[in-house]
Amino acid sequence: MRIKGEQNHSFGHSIIKRNFMDQEMEKLIWEYIDGLSNESDKTIITKHLAEDSVWRSKYNELMSIHEILQKEELEMPSLRFTKNVMEEIAQFHVAPATKNYINKNVIRGFMAFFLVMISGLFIYFVGQIHWSSNSTGKLLPAYSLNANKVNWSLLLNNTYVNIFIGINVILGLILIDKYMQGKKNAGHNGHWTKGDSA
Amino acid sequence: MTISGQPDDQIINRILKGEQSEFALLVEKYQNYVFTLVLRFTESREDAEEIAQDVFVKAYRSLADFRGDSKFSTWLFTITRTTCLSFLRKKKLDTISLDNERTGLRVENRESGFSANGIEQKSRHAMLNQAIAMLSPDDTQVLNLFYKGDQTLEEIGKIMRLDPNTVKVKLHRARQRLKDKMEKHFSNEVREILAD
Repeated sequence: MRIKGEQNHSFGHSIIKRNFMDQEMEKLIWEYIDGLSNESDKTIITKHLAEDSVWRSKYNELMSIHEILQKEELEMPSLRFTKNVMEEIAQFHVAPATKNYINKNVIRGFMAFFLVMISGLFIYFVGQIHWSSNSTGKLLPAYSLNANKVNWSLLLNNTYVNIFIGINVILGLILIDKYMQGKKNAGHNGHWTKGDSA
Repeated sequence: MTISGQPDDQIINRILKGEQSEFALLVEKYQNYVFTLVLRFTESREDAEEIAQDVFVKAYRSLADFRGDSKFSTWLFTITRTTCLSFLRKKKLDTISLDNERTGLRVENRESGFSANGIEQKSRHAMLNQAIAMLSPDDTQVLNLFYKGDQTLEEIGKIMRLDPNTVKVKLHRARQRLKDKMEKHFSNEVREILAD
């Protein structure tokens, strides 16, 4: 029984090993076909292909698939296709590059706004934690927030929230100022703006 | 290089300077490529033509955004993919699936189609297309980009946001699965090819 078990195990092991070898061989041959092998691999594969019929037959098999894929013709649309596209684009103009009309300061402003908002909320919630010691003497955070029991008047009087609102108002004013400044400059320089006729 | 022998970037510069008619050169060069890619997402040639047309209109309108740090075909591929996906979402077409489950269903349908056709002789081209259609969208994409788009592993990596070595493994596995599909469903034809 034991000998039979060992034989089965060794048979299974040899199959796995052979499959692994096959996969490795295919991988190397594909790299060789694609021209991606390094010099040493190329030499080894060339030698195998010259001497080993298993390698040669695998190479022929993979090469034929590669050739089919390479030779495969592309599908053609109707003969009017180019004309249709040209008629369609006749009513459009190339839009200005995105980088030219997206103001990075506006994006930075939004980022700062959200960062301040998240930081404000974080500070507020950390402020709500009541540190209490348990039986082991270690300090553990005890936190509970019931939306119905939130004292909104306390919330709005909180110093952190006032600071948070203050910062946001300042950021808002900076953004409005930037926007107005940009509009003013565009008007002075005679740049095209959205409201202008083409 | 284009059909007219001019590099893409020169043509693009002229279009950006206002020579709209030059865009026809790019359409001529890439129409088959785009149309073939679109046909991977929808079986209807009418829909494919409409989508392909939309791809070129979008490419034209946003041409100023093409920075030239990748091939024009790479850039065009990303437009094609997003256009196909949004078109399919909008129209809710019966499509080649974006998930393996639906791909499986399609494969079943195709397989029943083959048996109904019996021993009808298929051209290599049709056989290959059918075998590719049985693959997952990821496998199809990597094969399309490598063989039809003539993209390098680095360029495919940029599109798929993968490391070139990962692309190499993906390509290897995609071809392996394609070979398995061909052997399973078109064993006679494969034998003929190998005998050639």
